[in-house]
Amino acid sequence: MLSSAILLGPQRHVRIVKPALDTLLPADDRPVALVSAGWEERESEDHEFREHVGRTVQNLEVWARVERIFERDRELLAAMRQRHDTLRRVQELYRLRLLGAMEPIRELLRRPGNDLWLAAERHDALVMLQGIDSQHVQRVVQVHEEFESRWRPGERAAVQRERRDLHKKLLECGILCIAGGHIAVLLHRLRLFDVLGLHGNRPVVAWSAGAMALCERIVLFHDTPPQGSACAEVMEAGFAVLPDLVALPHAKKRLDADDERNVQLFARRFAPALCVLLDDGARIDWNGSRWSAQPDTRRLTEDGWVEEVGA
Amino acid sequence: MSLVERIEHAVALGRPAVEELIAATEFPHVEGRSVTFLFRGEAQEVTLQHWIHGLPGSLPFRRLRHSDTWVLQLDVPPKSRMEYKIGVMLFGRGTMLRDPLNKHTARDPFGANSVVYGEGYAPPEWCLVDPEARQGTIEDRHVDSKVYGDWRPIKVYRPARFRQTRRYPLLVVHDGFDYLGFANLQAILDNMIHRLEIPPLIAIMTQAGDRMREYAADPRQADFLVHDLVPQMEQILPLVREPSARAVMGASFGAVSSLSTAWRHPGFFGKLLLQSGSFVFTEIGDHDRGPVFDPVVKFVNEFRRTPGRPAEQVFLSCGVYESLIYYNRSLVPRLQETGMTVRFREANDGHNWENWRDRLREGLSWLFPGPLWLVYE
Repeated sequence: MLSSAILLGPQRHVRIVKPALDTLLPADDRPVALVSAGWEERESEDHEFREHVGRTVQNLEVWARVERIFERDRELLAAMRQRHDTLRRVQELYRLRLLGAMEPIRELLRRPGNDLWLAAERHDALVMLQGIDSQHVQRVVQVHEEFESRWRPGERAAVQRERRDLHKKLLECGILCIAGGHIAVLLHRLRLFDVLGLHGNRPVVAWSAGAMALCERIVLFHDTPPQGSACAEVMEAGFAVLPDLVALPHAKKRLDADDERNVQLFARRFAPALCVLLDDGARIDWNGSRWSAQPDTRRLTEDGWVEEVGA
Repeated sequence: MSLVERIEHAVALGRPAVEELIAATEFPHVEGRSVTFLFRGEAQEVTLQHWIHGLPGSLPFRRLRHSDTWVLQLDVPPKSRMEYKIGVMLFGRGTMLRDPLNKHTARDPFGANSVVYGEGYAPPEWCLVDPEARQGTIEDRHVDSKVYGDWRPIKVYRPARFRQTRRYPLLVVHDGFDYLGFANLQAILDNMIHRLEIPPLIAIMTQAGDRMREYAADPRQADFLVHDLVPQMEQILPLVREPSARAVMGASFGAVSSLSTAWRHPGFFGKLLLQSGSFVFTEIGDHDRGPVFDPVVKFVNEFRRTPGRPAEQVFLSCGVYESLIYYNRSLVPRLQETGMTVRFREANDGHNWENWRDRLREGLSWLFPGPLWLVYE
């Protein structure tokens, strides 16, 4: 578990990384390590970030390092592509079962009343839904474990070379910033280099997908995608270095928070974790033992409301 | 007092009162399901000309108190679009006008119509140029065709941040020049790629020499796409060379040609986007659509007998105000029986470019889902 971290909303329009850095590491000359692998081929386009923080920035080039590894180690590239296909298939199969479980529970929540029998059915349907999520997380863990034991990526020369260099650069830095972007790309590339492990117990600032990656579970969501409705799904376990929180970036755009039952179901499904909406300007701080949030940072409640985290 | 009563009252008061009312009221005036049209001018007869299947094609306006003011009230369901013109008969001579009081128009290759929006309809913002979305490029090229024995002009859309080292899915568009001109296709592709709703893709816009012949299930058009166009594009563009990364689309006869191509070359295109397809068929006897439809009906009848499995995914859409809605609805179960994944959408709209434009977001994002689900910037 990290001893200090700050999670933020998207940084495109409302930039608040600098004050977060000043809170966690005031008056420190060491460079800020940046992981922007979620931006993929635009990883190096970090000039706006550099201008904003006004400190020396060491972009760890996590995305580019993996691309270099792929060029040198084609076997690993093929194995990772195969794992990608397997993960996609596992996700599709999970989605099938999930969709089957969602409609009954939505209907149970729609039904008026709160008698013993209805409450019992609602409870059991929720437990079943949570079970489907947990089983999926376990299956994904199994996919990763099989991949690790078969291909031992950490022991491969191309990976070790990049990891050594990355470690050296990371050691010089006082704090780690993890930007948003493509969550799967970010997560798998951070994991390949064990960036969180190498960083140790130093503070972290993360936003959007970066924040999602630090939590116990990564929850994908978009209530109104252009191709029709969709229900939130667990992608896999995150690094679990921050407890009891589900990060929901861009919630204003992606979550139908006006639908009370939607909110209710979301909050209950992932309880006891706090479902925090990481919209523009949102900030939630972890001090090693408890969370505290800036005003206007909101969460979903099990009653179906959206309220400030501190309320 | 209802709007028509207010208009009648103004007419009784005289011209300035009518002008004042018109200045203060938007026409056509939409109130719930009721739309009031108003026309002013010398005429012996005024009619509303529209293309809604099931209604008389010409609906008469009512002249108020022998004045030059004419009104018509019509029931228009919510979220509808209706294109129309006003027919004016004077001294035995008829003219068709766009509604002078209506600022909304819809363009097509034959000109422009007035258009009325039912309650709750607004042109979607995602089809307008978004200054935040990086623009792709359009390049004019041509394709040498062994099949047709000539060359065909095409336009190639490359997405923003195009890289020759990447591999892109391919979208082939029948009547592609018209899709660019009348359905904002470039802005839609730019916006959807920018918003991660579809992946960056390459679109090839084709335009027929004689579309009523070549798009009427002509086997040459199918061969042209499969043997001439796509292989030549694969030589010069970084395309994913797999059926699952290839789509062909079109509207009206363009949809017929898309389905005909996929049927004649099953598995070549993994995805089909068919809009208001002219899928006319006959169960008994002959059709009444004229000789241009003969090859279409022959193909659709044959397709209905032996559909095979032309592709993997089909997005089908049609307006409920089109006469073609019956044929499209009938096609859905046949497509489903083939084992293809089918999505069918109906819209309160007619056989026109803006209907086709408005369905593109759902169709394209369903066929080519972008990384939106996984990207949290």
